[in-house]
Parts: sequence; C-alpha cells; structure tokens
Amino acid sequence: MGVRDTSQGQVALEALAKRFGPVKAIDDVSLRVGAGEFLALLGPSGSGKTTILMAIAGFEYPDEGRILIGGEDVTWAPPNRRNLGMVFQRYTLFPHMSVLENIAFPLKMRRIGRAEREERARAALETVRLGGMGDRRPSQLSGGQQQRVAIARAIVYQPRVLLMDEPLSALDKNLREEMQLEIKHLQQRIGITVVFVTHDQTEALTMADRVAVLDHGRLQQVGAPRDLYEAPETVFVAGFIGETNFCEGHLDYPAAAGEPVSVALDGGGRMSATAAQALPAGGRIKVALRPERLRVLPAGNGPAARVKEAIYAGNATTLMLEDEAGQRLRARIPAGGGLHEPRPGDHVRLSWQTADARAFAA
Amino acid sequence: MSRRPASFFLGGRRYSPAASLLLTAPFLLLVTFVFILPLAVLLRESLFVPEPTTAHYARAFAEPVYLRVMLRTLVIAVLVTALALVLAWPLALVMSRSRGLLLGLLAAAVLLPLWTSVLVRTYAWMVLLQRNGVLNQMLQGVGLTSAPVGFLYTQGAVVLAMAHVLLPFMVLPILSALRGIPEDLTRAAQMLGASSWSTFREVVWPLALPGVTSGCLMVFLLALGFFVTPALIGGPQQMMISTLVSQQVREMLDWPFAGALVGILLLFVLAIAVVFKRAVRLERFVGSA
Amino acid sequence: MSRPPAPNRAGRAALNAAAYAVTVFLLLPTIIIIPMSVGPERLLSFPPKGFSLRWYAEYFGDEDWIRATLFSAEAGVIAAICATTIGTMLALALVRGRLPGKGLVELLVIGPVIVPHIALAVAMFLVFEQLRLTGSLLGLAMAHTVLALPFVVFTVLAALYRFDAELERASLSCGAGPGSTFLHVTLPLIAPGLISAALFAFIISFDEAVVSFFISDLDRKTLPRKMFEDIDFNISPTLAAVATMLTALTIAALLIGYALKRGMERRARRTGT
Repeated sequence: MGVRDTSQGQVALEALAKRFGPVKAIDDVSLRVGAGEFLALLGPSGSGKTTILMAIAGFEYPDEGRILIGGEDVTWAPPNRRNLGMVFQRYTLFPHMSVLENIAFPLKMRRIGRAEREERARAALETVRLGGMGDRRPSQLSGGQQQRVAIARAIVYQPRVLLMDEPLSALDKNLREEMQLEIKHLQQRIGITVVFVTHDQTEALTMADRVAVLDHGRLQQVGAPRDLYEAPETVFVAGFIGETNFCEGHLDYPAAAGEPVSVALDGGGRMSATAAQALPAGGRIKVALRPERLRVLPAGNGPAARVKEAIYAGNATTLMLEDEAGQRLRARIPAGGGLHEPRPGDHVRLSWQTADARAFAA
Repeated sequence: MSRRPASFFLGGRRYSPAASLLLTAPFLLLVTFVFILPLAVLLRESLFVPEPTTAHYARAFAEPVYLRVMLRTLVIAVLVTALALVLAWPLALVMSRSRGLLLGLLAAAVLLPLWTSVLVRTYAWMVLLQRNGVLNQMLQGVGLTSAPVGFLYTQGAVVLAMAHVLLPFMVLPILSALRGIPEDLTRAAQMLGASSWSTFREVVWPLALPGVTSGCLMVFLLALGFFVTPALIGGPQQMMISTLVSQQVREMLDWPFAGALVGILLLFVLAIAVVFKRAVRLERFVGSA
Repeated sequence: MSRPPAPNRAGRAALNAAAYAVTVFLLLPTIIIIPMSVGPERLLSFPPKGFSLRWYAEYFGDEDWIRATLFSAEAGVIAAICATTIGTMLALALVRGRLPGKGLVELLVIGPVIVPHIALAVAMFLVFEQLRLTGSLLGLAMAHTVLALPFVVFTVLAALYRFDAELERASLSCGAGPGSTFLHVTLPLIAPGLISAALFAFIISFDEAVVSFFISDLDRKTLPRKMFEDIDFNISPTLAAVATMLTALTIAALLIGYALKRGMERRARRTGT
C-alpha cells in the first residue's frame, strides 16, 4: 500500500500544449503533483485549467507534451483505461440507476462480483456519510447529497488520482463552504491525490496544499496558498489572488529580486517597495499593496490622502482614498482593533511596510 | 502508447469520420436503392425512351388538357394553403396563450388528425359530402334544399378536404414560432405605449413570420403532390397532376409521359424546397408528436 | 381582479370562438364516423337509427379484410424495426460524428417528405416490377422504412439532444469502455425516444396509402389499399368500422408516445440538465 501510494499517485505534466484554432488553450505547462497531494488549478475562465484536467482525464489529447501518472505515460490512453476517478461539475449521476447502482457501476465495469460490489459500494456510501440512502434515485437527493454520491462513485475503486472539475460550483454558498472542508478531510483520510479545478480563489486557498495559477493557458505560479498571497511572483497573481492596490511608476536604476527600491510614481512622489523580481533600469513598474497592509493614520508627516468614502461591512471597514496625485487606493481597517477610523472627507496619513509593497515590471 | 489512437469512440468525443460513415452506411444503401434509384430510372424513362427526347415534357405543356390539369393543381394548392392559413392562425394564437388541460385538448385536436390515416379522414369527408351524405341529409331535414346537392367532385370539396388534411402542418410551425415569443416582449411593447393592434403588427407578426412561411411552404408542397384526397373527392372532374400520373401509369401504361409529369412536379417541388431550404423544418412536426 | 377593457375583451372572445370552431372542424369529420359505424343500416346516416356491431362483425368475418390487415401489420412491424435501427445509427452519426457531406445526408433524410409520395410510388412501382418486388413483403417493408425514416431520425435526434452527453464521460471515467457506455448508459436513457419512434414508424407504415396502392398487388393488398378500393367502389359501413378502429389505434399510439416523452422530459429535468 505504501509503495503504491508513493509511486502510483504521482501526476506529471511535461511541456503540455494544446491549441483550439488560433487560441493556445494550454501553453507549455509543466507541473508535478506529488502522491497524496491536493493541488488546485486556479484561473479565470479561458485560462486553460479545465483543458488541462480533461487532458489528464483523457477527454482531450494534447498537441505536444506528455502526461505521466505513476511514472507511466498515459498521454494517449483512452479515459476508461487510466484508472482515475472524476467528479464532474453537474454531478452526472446516472438517472436510471439507484444511488447504490451508481456507486457500484465502476466496480461492475471492472468485473467485480455482485456481493463484493455491493459491500464496497455501501462502504463508500458510508464514507461520504450517506449510509442508508443507497436505494434512492439520484433525483430524490439534494444537490449536496448528489455531489457526495458522485465522490463516492469516483473513489470506490481506489483510483490513483481523483480529478474534480469545479465540483462545488452548482451548490449554494453555505453548502459549498461545508463541502470544501468535507472534501478536504476526506482527502486527508484516504490519502488520495487530488487535482481540483476551480475559478474560486477562496475555494482553492481553503482546500489545496498547493495552488497552480493559470492565465491564458500559461502557468503563472505554483505554490502553497500562503506563498501565493504573501509573495506573488507575477502581476497577474498579485491581482488575481485577493484584493490589491496597484500604483504605477518607473525605476531609475536596476534592482535584483528582494532588494528595497524607491519607485517614482507617475503622479509625482516616491513609493518605497520591495522588488518582487529582477527589475531593469528605467522600466515601467507596478507596485502591488494589499488594502489590509495599508495603515491609515491621523494627518501628519508622510504620504497624505483624503477619505472619499467609508464602507462598513461588519468585520471591517473599507476606505476609498485618493492621494494628492489623484491615485485611488483602498485600505481595510479590521473592526474591533481600536484602530483610527476616519470619516469621509478626513485627511489622513498613509504608511506601509516596505516588504508589503511588491514591485513588478509592468 | 506514443501514437494518437484511432479508436471508434474516444473519450466521449466525436466519432471519427470512418465510424460516422459506417453508421450512415445502411441509411445510404437503403435510400439509394429505394429512393434515388427508382426516381432516376423513372426520369430516364421520360428523357431517353424510346430515344433521347424532350417530347414527353413538351407534350405536357402543349396539350390543353394537361396544361389545365397543371394549372388546376397550382390553383388548388394555393387555395388550400390560403384556407389552411386562415384556419390555423387563430388556433395557433389561442394555443400559444393556453396552458394545462386546455392546451392539451387543443394539441390533441391538432395531433390526432396529423397521425390519423389520410384515408380515414378522406373517407369521413366523403361520408359527409356525398349525395345521400350527412350534410345533404341535414340540409334537407332543415328544409334548406329539396334535392341532394352534389358537393363531391367539386373544386370546393377538394380544397376543403385537403385543407383539413393538411391543417396540422400549418398549425404546428406557427405555434412553435409564437411560443418562441417571450411574453415579456409583448408586455414591454404595451408598456412602451403600443396598442394591441400595433403590438401585433410590430412585434408578434414579424416574429411569427418564419413559422407562417414554414407552414405555408409545407402545406403548399404537400398539396402539390397530394394523391389520396383529390383522387377520391375530386374524381376525374377535378384531376390534379398526381391523379393524372396515376392514370397514365395504371390506365394508359404510358411510362415516359408519366415520368415527364413526375419530372415537372419534382423540379417544381425541389426548386421551392431549395430556395426555402431553411423554412422547411421537419423537426417542428416531430418534436410535438 | 378588474376586467380588461371592452374592445380587448370582444376581440379575445372572437379569437377564442374562431379557434374552437377550427378545433371542431379538425375533429368533427373523424369523430362523426364513430357513431355511424354502429348504425344498423347499410345506408350511413347521422344520427344512427339504432345500435349494432354488425359492420364490425363483417370486418372480422371477412377474410379479405383480415388478410390485408395482417399484411399491413407485418410490413409495419418490419418497417418500424428497420427504420428505428437505421435511423438511430444515422442520428448518432449526425449528432456525434464528423460526417463528410453532412448537408447532403440531411437533405436525403428529408427527401421522402419533400418528394411527393405519388412520384415515389410510381417510381418504385416501375423498378420493383422489374425486380419482382411488387406485392412482396420485402418491397413494401423497404419502401415504408424509407418513408418512416425522417420521422424516426428527428425523434431520435430530439432524444439525443435531451440526453446529457456528460453522462457518457462519467461512464468512461468509471472505467466503462465505449461499448459498455452505450449499452449501460446511453441506450437506457434514450430508449423511450426509440420506442416512440418505432411506434410512429409503425403507424406511418400501417396507414400509408399511396406507395402501397401502387406496389402491393391484388393478391397481397395492404389495409389502406383495400380501403382505397372499397371507398372508390362503394361507401360501405364496414369502412366506418375500420376507420373507427384505425382512429382508436392512432389515439393509443399518441397516448403512449406522449407518456414516453413526458417520462424522458421529467428525467432530463430532474438531473438538472
């Protein structure tokens, strides 16, 4: 079992590329998923995340590159011979079969005897906490229950890897959050490798061990949720994950990644930041600064701004600010922290840690 | 496993051209043998028997008897189409606004005739219209007429019976076009100040027009080549092109001339079908069955 | 609830009246045959002067009628099976396939509807006569298969469009091969469509008058040909009995077809497609 876990559950994509007409759906993507790892493919629609999943599943063939599962090249293998589990966006339970028949279906296709089939299907149903529902029709279950049955059907034959294509997008918000944790716990319990496609960054950050961010078919960054948020490597990732203020300007001298820099802003004034990547001299710069990392202090010495609007949202207040150069910024003040909470029209002073302002080549 | 596999059905995606062709082969074979070949043989008869000639076609236009038959066919087809449209419009409009049981009953009234044997319906009209038929019995009973009226074998009887037989083909496409008009659209038009007449003229009619065109073409095409009803209700007096073809084949055994008549009919029908290719949508009739 | 303004109301009432009148026009001729078929007299009259099943008895007692009915039924069953099989294969190729010359195939599908049946009937008569296929079950079944195919293809197409193709992917991901997927997933879910297609193919064949008028012969008549000749010859009340039974058959077929379609739609709705 241990041997199987380490070698069988690995997924490797090597220089994968796929075009649909002139559009590059996957553009030279290489990626490794370790056995037992939960990887989320995150990106806006059209970023290629679903196409990558479909190529792993065998529903699409790449134009270039290889797909290895457990070290075996499966690039051209038909989907039914890959021994992967898949959970689809819209449940896709077979409406003419009972819940138990649905779960037993992959076992039947593997020519497993009736008695064992039923026993294992019942066990899988217990795993997703639906014991006793086996005789119902899929249509008699709620959306969340249907999705759990779909998960049970995908894991009952102990596949090497479980693929999930936005499995929670059809559920309402509360149920979605509940299912996120449930799937995460289930994955940890049975130790299966999961590749999970989503366009919802909160979902990706909540569930995944590592997140692969994609845009226009290109892999932007792969990393743990914390790294993506704290240390985005590209402007796209900085803007896509969480909320960010962007200030544009230029740099007079070159800088290596990690060096503190002083960016000359377009509207005048300077901004201290940290180079997120190697920056050329004279190049256009975008500085990213998270709203909650921007401190708002009573007026005094330092960069000044005026509060245009204050939006109260219970757990925090968001301030819409405008500095002297006309640059608009957002700042978030958590509630209950006893922090200075200015009103619209107030003049304030801004402050931030140099490490929190990340400078990118624009 | 380094090559792209050429499997029959891959990954829930499309079949390969070879597989598609294999699935289509029985259809193509059957249609070639039972549809294309017979028509081709008959047309060859009309053009090459006894020698390559267009004489059979010329004859159809040269002799007044035949010219009259063809003209009558056109006139009857136009009249049937017009009558069917007038009858179908209110029914389709009311159906498009109905729900539940009423809609079910109205739909049954349209679908039952569509699927009832044409012979049964033609027979029913004969029973109604013949000399000692129901209509004459009633007219005499009321005292409106003293002697039986010969309704049968008149152009009016043929048009009425054919319009009845073909009416479902008019109702269904109009209904499907009307159903496609969102109710909010007519409400919006009225909110914007349109009267019910201008709502109809500016919104409903233009959007229903494709359905009306489709229905008219279908009825016209079917009426042109209709056989059973004109043969039984029209008789020799109201001979249409289809009954003339039948007569040439069964009584005169003049295959080349029958072939020429079929050729003329086919040319006419196909020309209309090709010109209005998009309007002749068969799904409309099947989808509602 | 206030009432609509008067002119609107009058217009609506007139429209409704017209629609109901057309409904009566559509149904009346067929319906009126039913009471007349149970009248006791040779001369058809309405309303019938009494009640008798003698014309039904005459039908069942007449070997000619029964033979024609059985012949038509045989041809209908064969045509229904062939048309459904061939039509389903074609519909699959049209929906799922990459078919060279797809437009031409589609044109051939509607061909038998556009081309007047009289043209087909005469043409088939000419060719079948030379091949000794007139009066044969084979020839008739083939002809009727072609006539029923358009309706089968469009019914099956509708069923395939309602079917959620993602279910096939789910089946493949479960390890089922293409064949098993079709057998265990696709076929059971489109089966109601296939059954109703077969049903209507049978009705089309059973009722078909023009082609069978030409290609059946005097010894082996179809039911419609027998009716055709009897109508032309004399309007006997036996025909009214036959017409009534044919109408009942159509109603039964329509009801079954409707029930099947409802079942399929409900299933499609429930799975949220």
